[in-house]
Amino acid sequence: MQRVVAVAVIGLIGLGDRVAGQDHGVYDQADIEYGLGVYRAQCATCHGERGAEIAGVDLRSGQLRRTDSDRALRALIRNGIPDTGMLAFDLDPAEMTGIIAYLRNMNYETDVVILGDAARGRTVLEGKGDCMSCHRVKGQGPRMAPELTAIGRIRAPSALRRALLDPTGTMLPINRPVELVTADGTRLTGRRLNEDTYTVQLIDEQERLRSFDKADLLEYTVLTVSPMPSYEDQLSPQELADLLAYLVSLKG
Amino acid sequence: MPSGALARRTLFAMILSGLLFAVLHAQVPFERLREATSEPQNWLTYSGSYASTRHTTLSQITPANVGELELQWVYQNRVFGPWQATPLVVDGVMYLTQRPNDVVALDARTGRVFWIYRYDTPSRHRACCGSNNRGVAILDDKLFMATLDAHVVALDATTGTELWSVEVADIEQGPYSFTLAPLAVKDKVIIGTGGGDLGVRGFIAALDAATGEEVWRFHTIPGPGEPGHETWEPCPPNPTTYCDPEAWKHGGGSVWLTGSYDPELNLTYWGVGNPGPDYNQSQRPGDNLYATSVVALDADTGELRWHFQFTPNDNYDYDSVQIPVLVDIERNNTEFKVMLWANRNGFYYVLDRATGRFLSGRPFVTVNWAEGLDDSGRPIQTPQPPGSPTYPGLAGGTNWYSPSYSPRTELFYIPAWEDYATVFDGVPQVWAEGRGGFTGRTPAGLPITFLPVPDAPNVPQLTRGPINNWTDAVGHGSVLAIDALTGEQKWKFEMTGMITSGILTTASDLLFTAARSGYFQALDARDGGLLWRASLGGLMVNGPMSYQVDGKQYVAVIAGNSLSTFALRDRTTP
Repeated sequence: MQRVVAVAVIGLIGLGDRVAGQDHGVYDQADIEYGLGVYRAQCATCHGERGAEIAGVDLRSGQLRRTDSDRALRALIRNGIPDTGMLAFDLDPAEMTGIIAYLRNMNYETDVVILGDAARGRTVLEGKGDCMSCHRVKGQGPRMAPELTAIGRIRAPSALRRALLDPTGTMLPINRPVELVTADGTRLTGRRLNEDTYTVQLIDEQERLRSFDKADLLEYTVLTVSPMPSYEDQLSPQELADLLAYLVSLKG
Repeated sequence: MPSGALARRTLFAMILSGLLFAVLHAQVPFERLREATSEPQNWLTYSGSYASTRHTTLSQITPANVGELELQWVYQNRVFGPWQATPLVVDGVMYLTQRPNDVVALDARTGRVFWIYRYDTPSRHRACCGSNNRGVAILDDKLFMATLDAHVVALDATTGTELWSVEVADIEQGPYSFTLAPLAVKDKVIIGTGGGDLGVRGFIAALDAATGEEVWRFHTIPGPGEPGHETWEPCPPNPTTYCDPEAWKHGGGSVWLTGSYDPELNLTYWGVGNPGPDYNQSQRPGDNLYATSVVALDADTGELRWHFQFTPNDNYDYDSVQIPVLVDIERNNTEFKVMLWANRNGFYYVLDRATGRFLSGRPFVTVNWAEGLDDSGRPIQTPQPPGSPTYPGLAGGTNWYSPSYSPRTELFYIPAWEDYATVFDGVPQVWAEGRGGFTGRTPAGLPITFLPVPDAPNVPQLTRGPINNWTDAVGHGSVLAIDALTGEQKWKFEMTGMITSGILTTASDLLFTAARSGYFQALDARDGGLLWRASLGGLMVNGPMSYQVDGKQYVAVIAGNSLSTFALRDRTTP
C-alpha cells in the first residue's frame, strides 16, 4: 500500500513540475486524459484537435488572454463569451475538472493510459472487483456503501483513481463505518450519514436509517479504516484502467 | 483486533445482514397506503390517508393532558418564505420538502438530518405564487416530488439518491409549475399543474412509479371534440365587451393540492382551480368546465367518471382545489358514502362520491354572490352591483388549508374566513404569450383593486410592518365545526386575523390548528374550547400532522422557517 502511494505521489510531483511555470493548479493525469475526451466531444469541432483552428486563439500556447486563472477559465467555459462564437457549456463537475486539466496541459504528449474501456470496466465492477457487494449502481446492489450511479458526475477521475488505490486515505470522514452498542446491549454497525456533538445518524446493516443519542450508547466507535480493499494489488493495470473508465462514465 | 480486520468484519456483517434483510427494507407498498389508518404511528400521504380526513387514531395526547405538551425538537430551514409542506413519517423517518425543491429525511424522534436532496431548480421557472412545495409521496422504496419546473423526480427513500427525473410539461411552452405533494396509487404517481393565474391549460397526469413514463393525462379544460368543451361557448356575434374566441386554450383549471382516492370505486378525486382570467367572466362565456369543479377519474386510465362544478363561469377566483374528504357515515340506518367539501365560494357541499350526485349544501359563511343552490347543487348567482362588496371575498370562505373530519364527532372542521368581502372589478385582458399574470385584474393605480370593503385594509399578514392597520371590517378567521351531513354549525372558534392553517383532529377529540397571531393551538373537538396554545413566532401555512415513535405521540407543525414538534412531557426523566 505504501509503495502505491509513493508511486502516485511521484507521479503527481512530476506533473507538478511540468506545469509549475504556469502558476496554476496541479493536474492529475487521470483528469487530463479524461479532459481530452471532453475536449474532443465539446471543443474540437471549433477549436480543432490541436487547439489552433480559431484565428487568434491558440489553446496550446499557454497564453489565454481572458483567463489568467483556472477559476476564470471555468467561468468562461460556463458562461461563454457574449457576441462571439464561444458558447456556454453546461459541464458537470467532473467534466469541468477534466477540461481544465487538459487545457492546461495540451502541450504535453502522454502515452500513459489511465482510462481504459468502460464496457470491460463494467465486467470488472460486477465481477472480479466485487464492487456491488457493497455499492449500489443503477438500482442494483446494497445501500451500505456510497452509491455509485452518478459518481462519474460528482467525482473527478483523479479522485476516483485515488479512492481505488487508497480507500482509507481518501474515505470522506462522513462515510466512516461506525460500531455502537445500544443501552439494551444491541450491537449495530453501519455507515455514518451525519453526526453532531450529541447524536449520530447512520444507515445500518439492514439498510434502515437510524439515529442515536450518544449519551444513551454503551459503546460508540468511528472506524478510520475503510472496509473497501485497495485494488492496487487486486486488479491488473488494465483492469484498473477499465474500471476507472466505467466509473467515470456513471453519470446518473 | 487490528482496525483493518475490524473493518472487514464489519463489512462482512453488513453484507450478510443486507442480504438477509433487504426485502424488509423501507417498503411502503400500495397495500400499506390503502390501509394507512391501521398504522397511525405513520403519516403516509399528504392528508394522512387516501380518504384525506386529516384525522389520526392516535390518542395519547388528550384534552386532559394536552396542557403538558412541550417542545421536543425544532428543525430549521435556511430558506425563507412561506413553508407549506406537510411531512410524511414512515417507521420513524420523517420526509419533508423545503423551498424551493429540497427533500429532507429526518429522524422523527430528534429532528436530526439523515440526508438532504437538492433539486436544481432553474431560475426560469414561473410559479404564480412563490417557490412553494407541499411535500412528497412514498410508494414502495421510492419518494416522489413534483417540482417548480414541472418535473417529477423519484428518490431512493433510504439514501435520497435520484432514481429518475422526468419533464411532465415544458415550461418554455407555458407557465407550468408543480407545487403539490403527489398522490401515489397502485403503481402510479399522480400530479397536477399550477399556473391557473398565468394562463395554463390545466391537467392531471399519472406517471409509472417505476420509470416516470406518463400513463395518462386528463386535461381539466376539455379541448374541441371532448365532452365539456361546449361549456366554453362561442363568443356572441357582436360582443359589447372583449370576448376571447379561444379562451379554453389558456383557460386555467390548475391543480395544486393533492387529491384523494377511493380504493373500492378505484376513483381518484381532484379539486380544480379557477378559470382564467380570474376576474373577467364575460370574455369566456359558458360554465367553463372543469374549472372550479371536482373531477372523479378512473385511477388506472384517467377517464372522467363524473364531475361536479361548484362555481360555473366563476368571476371571483373561487378555486376549488380544496382537499376532497371521503367519509362513510351511517345515520338513520342509512349508510352514506359521501365526499365533504367546504368550498372557497362559501358553500358547504355533500356529494355522493360514487356518482357525484349533489346530496345537500348550504353556506358556511356569509355569501351574497349566490342566493342559494338549486336541487342539483348549481348556484343561483346574484352578481353584486359595481362597487359593492361580494361575500366571500377574493381569498374565499376557506382556501386551500386542509379541513378535517372526525368519525367520533361526525363533525367537519373548516378553517374559515368569516365576514370577509371584496369589491370585484375585473377587466378584459387579451391573452399574451409570455406575459406575467393572466387574471383580468384592475391595473394597479386605478381606484378599485380588490379592496375588501370600503375603509378596510387588505388581508393582514402576521408581520405587516410597524402599524397595525387591521380592523374588524376585514373579517376574521374561525374554526367552524359543522355537522358533516347537514352542514349545520355546531360550534365555532373565532380568531383575530385570518387563518392560514390546516386542521388535524385526533381520536382523543383534540383539534390542532394555528392562527395568524402566531399561536399553535389545541381545541376540544367536541365544543371548540381552547385547551392549550404555544406561540411559535412565525406564519403557519401548512397543516399540522401527528405520528408516533417509540410509544410517544408527536404533533408537528411548521411556523416561519421552523418545523416544531410537540409531545407530552417525559415523566421518566428528571
